[in-house]
Amino acid sequence: MNQRSLEKQGASRRSFLAGSAAGLGSAWVAANWPGILAAQEHARQVAASGQPGKLDFFSPEQAAEVESVAAQIIPSDDSPGAREAGCLYFIDRALTTFDKDRQSVYTDGLGALQAKTHELFPSAGKFSGLTPAQQIQVLKAIETTPFFMQVRAHTVTGFLANPEHGGNQNEIGWKLIGFEGKFRYEPPFGYYDRESKSAALTTGKG
Amino acid sequence: MARYNPNTQVDFVVVGSGVSGGIMAKELSAAGFHVVVLEQGEYLHEKDFRYDQLQRTTHSALVADDMNPVTFRQTDKEKAVRSRAFGYGRCVGGGTVHYSGSSWRHHESDFHERSLWGPIAGSGFDDWPVTYAELEPYYTKVEWEIGYSGVGGVSPFESPRSKPYPLPPMPNKSSGVLMERAAKKLGYHAVPVPVAMLSEAYRGRQACIHCGFCSGFGCQVGAKSSSLAAIIPSLEKSSHCELRPNSYVREISVDKSGKVTGAVYFDANKKEVFQKAKAVIVCANGLGSPRLLLMSKSSVFPDGLANSNGVVGKYFIPGCNASAHGILEHELNEYKSVTTTRAIEDFYNADPKRGFYGGGRIDARGNVPPISFAMGGLAPDVPRWGSEFKKALKNDFSRTLTMQGFLTCLPVESNNVTLDPDVKDAWGLPAIRVTYKDHPDDMKNKAFFRDRALELIDAAGATKKWADPVREERAMGHTMGGCRMGNDPKTSVVDKFHRAHDVPNLYVVDGSSFVTSARNLPTCTISALAYRAADNIIRTAKNGSIKAPTGL
Repeated sequence: MNQRSLEKQGASRRSFLAGSAAGLGSAWVAANWPGILAAQEHARQVAASGQPGKLDFFSPEQAAEVESVAAQIIPSDDSPGAREAGCLYFIDRALTTFDKDRQSVYTDGLGALQAKTHELFPSAGKFSGLTPAQQIQVLKAIETTPFFMQVRAHTVTGFLANPEHGGNQNEIGWKLIGFEGKFRYEPPFGYYDRESKSAALTTGKG
Repeated sequence: MARYNPNTQVDFVVVGSGVSGGIMAKELSAAGFHVVVLEQGEYLHEKDFRYDQLQRTTHSALVADDMNPVTFRQTDKEKAVRSRAFGYGRCVGGGTVHYSGSSWRHHESDFHERSLWGPIAGSGFDDWPVTYAELEPYYTKVEWEIGYSGVGGVSPFESPRSKPYPLPPMPNKSSGVLMERAAKKLGYHAVPVPVAMLSEAYRGRQACIHCGFCSGFGCQVGAKSSSLAAIIPSLEKSSHCELRPNSYVREISVDKSGKVTGAVYFDANKKEVFQKAKAVIVCANGLGSPRLLLMSKSSVFPDGLANSNGVVGKYFIPGCNASAHGILEHELNEYKSVTTTRAIEDFYNADPKRGFYGGGRIDARGNVPPISFAMGGLAPDVPRWGSEFKKALKNDFSRTLTMQGFLTCLPVESNNVTLDPDVKDAWGLPAIRVTYKDHPDDMKNKAFFRDRALELIDAAGATKKWADPVREERAMGHTMGGCRMGNDPKTSVVDKFHRAHDVPNLYVVDGSSFVTSARNLPTCTISALAYRAADNIIRTAKNGSIKAPTGL
């Protein structure tokens, strides 16, 4: 899923026409559906086991870096963010299942992240070891790179996708935005239709 | 369901099982004819649809993809490039499976707008060969047969109707209440949006549960009145109809006299099958139908079937859009229930005082699933990551209101569907190539409607507002034109009953028949045209004037 097609999504009517969920091409999803199912199953097993998630793609060091980037994209402040939602696990599953062809974006990008970290903070070790302000400074310097845009797309998707995909754990993402996730509702739906005292429509000629 | 041997000459082959194909198959088989429906996509059912943005497109492709590529260019001076911005349904039920269900009748004036306005330079603006009065009984039939919810008679703009909607309108949403407030303030008229959706249980189908996953998703409970939910079940029960999914038609065949003999398709194993038929009805939508005719070359029709005048593929109309957005103080929760419940039609008609041709309808909405919202639904000034991004997600997802204009889009001869000379699909067939550039009046109209949408957002009481930039259309979901209907065989592909001027046993019935765009949102009218065409074909066939080609 690339940033450009993701950006086409949105509130406009065009958004749906411009692509499918999060810019994932239909053929892409169709072709990768077994992988998506496998990822879901994996996430379910992990959840059922009560153990911390196992990573199939990232090394522990890489995981710490990626998770730190994700945690700046959706930070943990007065409410949980990407870290608590388990976006890292969504990304790891994605890269070993339905987004296999994007592995190099991460492996190359993590190298560039390291380089930029050293360039701006020569005495620092890892990006994940920087202060939050320093991390933001590094990410601002790379925010237009394919690597950052990919991590952003994956983080946001993982944060708000159905929890069975590995992220959005405990519906943290949905709770933040106010999406109830019940998939069955009764009116009133929102404040204005609740408050509205407008008379029921009357039928005239029809 | 019936089963036919491909070597058995059936009465009709129907290409496509979307709303027009479904209606044609149902009506013709009910009248006693033997019908085979060839659908290129899979047969999915309610249980296959999920509320899952990652999964939603597995129902056999909503947009152009690697198996069925579409290419796009603005003019014939350019080389077309692959585009993913084209949507039509590739599954049993077609585009009605994933559409939002907003489904309006055209107005009376839509059918003779050329006579009202006059010619427009650089366009093929024309009257339709059918009037609203002729179509009205069929609109009513659509609403009752397929299951629509709405309320007639409250809109001052509505054209006369012979019968009310069968079901009451959907409960009004916050966006609809805000539209009512804004319209009142500005002196406009907010009218209820008719939807192909069940507000109450109807004919054995259950009512909408307001899950909110309409546009882009298949309905899990069958409350959306898609071809799949409302029509296909009757084909299953018919002893005169066979529905064959995964059957991708590559050619409509003709004999030496130029009469259709049947259709050649690839089955699920990509094996070629020839289904004999007395007549073929193409219901493959505004992109698929012209493409199929263009692929069906023969010695009689070297430039494509029914294309002796070269009009096939021309006057392609994708529909035009304009929109504005705002943030309200309180939550709307537009993610629940149907896409939209109120609209204004105060600018529906074109007005010479504006200085250009154009009109449209604006509806109020805001139903964008979480991931799409986070990636593209925020205001342009919101940072794309970090604490401000998170803050905006938290506040705005439930509070964003959109005013969406569905606008006229002029038919232009050079806007067309052709066969891509280079790009092939997964079966080795030429890809659909779209050439499209907006008419200058369409661009002016978009700017006009963007401003009206912004005024409505403002009048609704938004604390923050912004408009989408006026853009040339490159994304297309409502595919119209391409096999336009008309009385003159020199300038149109099919006649007023959808029969090809060139071929007496070939019909094309779908959005490709449209002469003009009306105000976008074509499904209700496609459905009404299909019922009307079916009536006429049944009459014609019973008279014996659809004859099998000889020598079969």
